[in-house]
Amino acid sequence: MSSTRRRFTGLAVGALALATTAAAARAATELTVYTALEADQLKAYQAAFEKANPDVKIRWVRDSTGIVTAKLLAEKANPQADVVMGLAATSLMLLDKEGLLLPYAPKGLEKVKPTMRDPADPPKWVGMDVWSSALCFNTVEAGKRGLEAPTSWADLTDPAYKGQITMPNPASSGTGFLMVSAWLQMMGEEKGWAYMDALHQNVAAYTHSGSKPCRQAGAGEYTIGLSFEYRANKTKKDGAPIEVILPKEGLGWDMEAIGIVKTTKKLEAAKKLADWAVSEEANRLYAQNFAIVALPGIASRLEHVPGDIEAMLIENDFAWAAANRERILAEWSKRYDGKSEPRS
Amino acid sequence: MATASGPLATPLPVPAAAPRPVRQALSRDDLVMRAGLGLLVLWLALSVVLPLWALLEKAFSGPAGEFVGLANFAAYLATPALSTSLGNSLLIAAASTVICVGLAFGYAWALTRTCLPAKALFKAIAAIPILAPSLLPAIALVYLFGNQGFARWALFGHSIYGPIGIVIGEVFWTFPHALIIVTTALATADARLYEAAVALKASRSRIFWTVTLPGARYGLISATFVVFTLVITDFGVPKVIGGSFNVLAVDVYKQVVGQQNFQMGAVVGLVLLIPALFSFLVDRLVQRRQAALLSARAVPLVPAPDRLVDRLALFFCSIVAFAILVVLGTAIFASLATFWPYDLRPSLKNYDFDNMDGGGWESYRNSLEMAALTALFGTAIIFGGAWLVEKTRRFEGVRGLVQLLALLPLAIPGLVMGLGYIFFFVEPSNPFHFLYGSMAILVICTIAHFYSVAHLTAVTALKQLDPEFESVSASLKVPLWRTFFKVTVPVCLPAILGIALYLFVNAMTTVSAVVFLYSPHTQLASIAVLNMDDAGDIAPAAAMAVMIFLTSAVVRGLYGLVTRGLLARTQAWRRR
Repeated sequence: MSSTRRRFTGLAVGALALATTAAAARAATELTVYTALEADQLKAYQAAFEKANPDVKIRWVRDSTGIVTAKLLAEKANPQADVVMGLAATSLMLLDKEGLLLPYAPKGLEKVKPTMRDPADPPKWVGMDVWSSALCFNTVEAGKRGLEAPTSWADLTDPAYKGQITMPNPASSGTGFLMVSAWLQMMGEEKGWAYMDALHQNVAAYTHSGSKPCRQAGAGEYTIGLSFEYRANKTKKDGAPIEVILPKEGLGWDMEAIGIVKTTKKLEAAKKLADWAVSEEANRLYAQNFAIVALPGIASRLEHVPGDIEAMLIENDFAWAAANRERILAEWSKRYDGKSEPRS
Repeated sequence: MATASGPLATPLPVPAAAPRPVRQALSRDDLVMRAGLGLLVLWLALSVVLPLWALLEKAFSGPAGEFVGLANFAAYLATPALSTSLGNSLLIAAASTVICVGLAFGYAWALTRTCLPAKALFKAIAAIPILAPSLLPAIALVYLFGNQGFARWALFGHSIYGPIGIVIGEVFWTFPHALIIVTTALATADARLYEAAVALKASRSRIFWTVTLPGARYGLISATFVVFTLVITDFGVPKVIGGSFNVLAVDVYKQVVGQQNFQMGAVVGLVLLIPALFSFLVDRLVQRRQAALLSARAVPLVPAPDRLVDRLALFFCSIVAFAILVVLGTAIFASLATFWPYDLRPSLKNYDFDNMDGGGWESYRNSLEMAALTALFGTAIIFGGAWLVEKTRRFEGVRGLVQLLALLPLAIPGLVMGLGYIFFFVEPSNPFHFLYGSMAILVICTIAHFYSVAHLTAVTALKQLDPEFESVSASLKVPLWRTFFKVTVPVCLPAILGIALYLFVNAMTTVSAVVFLYSPHTQLASIAVLNMDDAGDIAPAAAMAVMIFLTSAVVRGLYGLVTRGLLARTQAWRRR
């Protein structure tokens, strides 16, 4: 008798526990941090930060740049994030325009390169590192097809590469957006769109993430992947038969940056993360993944990326890119997204 | 029971010396059961009806929540990329359905009407796809027929990315669903019809067209609609291998997750609901007729050996089984290769989930937890609910309502359900808002998503129990719950375990409903497969899909062992 009753109570207690586990937070302050950083970078950053600040625990919400941006904008009435870290500066500018960011000068801000922070004082966001576009070119597949390695963006419209190129969709991928933004800035709007029309003829697929084109090139699924230098370097390190190419006209780039969300209820912890993000320790970690970081003198060279990335970056008008982001994406989607038949 | 003679009006408790001593008055047990039914209605309203309502509301409102009538639908029709998807979806679903039901019919026919050797083995192989998420066949197809695929020649230069890939993946994934239905339909044949046909000197093909096929037609219709609905609402396969071939299910995902355009997502979700609802209604109608097909005097058909037919059956089933094993084997092989396709030495590198997108091994542990909780609570709620519906005396209105609500989820695609859940729970004014982002919401949603089939299983099992048990217990003054635990549960144990298994496996493999609901704390393995594929980490995605398959397979194996042991112990009464 009582055993069955106990069973019932057990069920009821279980149901209650089930309902409340979610609500019960852990003891240490838990920061919800929205990020577009790569999953393989997050671990190291988190471990270092939590070691320095044992009373704060990071909970990442990770997705690609476009999605994190859209999510933050959709939630603007009731923001869920405490901090945004490792999101494109152009996206942070958009958030700032919506009044979502808290002005805060992290400790050690004076050392940060002036080009790598919000010019406002105190800044709404501070840059962490620069990431830029790069091509992944599969030499094995190219050999089989007798394809020459491209050296420039212009080369990519060569009909020989038809169906051999993948590129990230700029609406969802920050890497995709910085390429499109760079082409429009370098070539001017009219020629920029004409270039993309021509490139579109060769593109086999537009991917959701900025990493996938390089991964696919690495696996020989397609010969050329338009991606970014960190992923290119890593893919080659993983053993893919690729060559990393920096197109000679110049590289599109964006900054990964950090900003505090105005509505956070965990301001102290959020400030700690912002302070840590501009520290030398953090910058050394960024430098393991990126050639150019916020603090001067910590620049590194990526093992498998030839050439001087910093010298090849285009002059990037972030304000223009942020202000025109929505218009550019709408135009891009209208031109290339609606392609309904599969392309071989 | 007393129901038949009793008036519809609820009688008040009658004193002991009432004029009708045989007929029980509304006892405490009755009240408890009615209260239980009331709670069940509340639960179903909360977990099924209100989220659906929230979705409807969203489809007719603007970004600020104002009512905009059909404006969203007009915008939908004006977006060419979105409306093309409708045609694409219908095309894919039609093609997949024809192929899948055709194959399933052949396979089921061989299993039921021939002396095919190793039937148990063929049955086991055919069940494989049900144990894996729909993403697994899609990923395997990339390895088989992608630009580096080892069977690429078989496509004659066509690309696997697009309709071809989607159709193959969907056929693989829906095959067991169709097979179960068609096998059941073919299993119940009346041998006398065949004897008569043979006596009338009908030819083989004539017998097939005039006896076999008509006998299975309801099963075929049912399978057709089930597969059609599964395909049109599945999003795993087209997401992975669809290339730029847009379908409705992926549109919902893109609108909601990619662009956070919830109104448009709701509109596409409603469009998805139409074929699903339609096929649900047809299926209901068909099943009502199927029941009357087999008369009590029917003689079960026992297939006679026939060398030629049996060999053909063996040949056909071997091809299908081989195809299933190749797809599964490819996924396993690819997950174990060091760097496909350039370094095929085996390694476990791809199982190092912690350095990939998707939440790492934690997502796998979360999936286990979610599946276990779903199986535990789901079985308790669904079986308990079915018992209340079956055993509560009178109270027809509410019982009918529960029946209806319990079947409703069958008509709701997972994506639509998940979407309704965010709309409903994300509102800060909702008292249940605290569930948003929790493990509980995943469990609740998954139970609701798979409620109907489990409910039907429970009802079938309970219907086999003579209502005399309750009457006798009541007259012996044995408390209700005691009868429940001492008689009902032990007798129905096979069905209860079956429900638990069904819920567990589906919770492990589901993507569609939970893709909108997971939070950083509650990443799931099936979602990790999706996210890793998205990031281009396709080999690790294959590895995680294999982990899901293995887990489901092990649990299913355990279920087999446990039920065998239990059946021997608790079902001895079935034998004389």
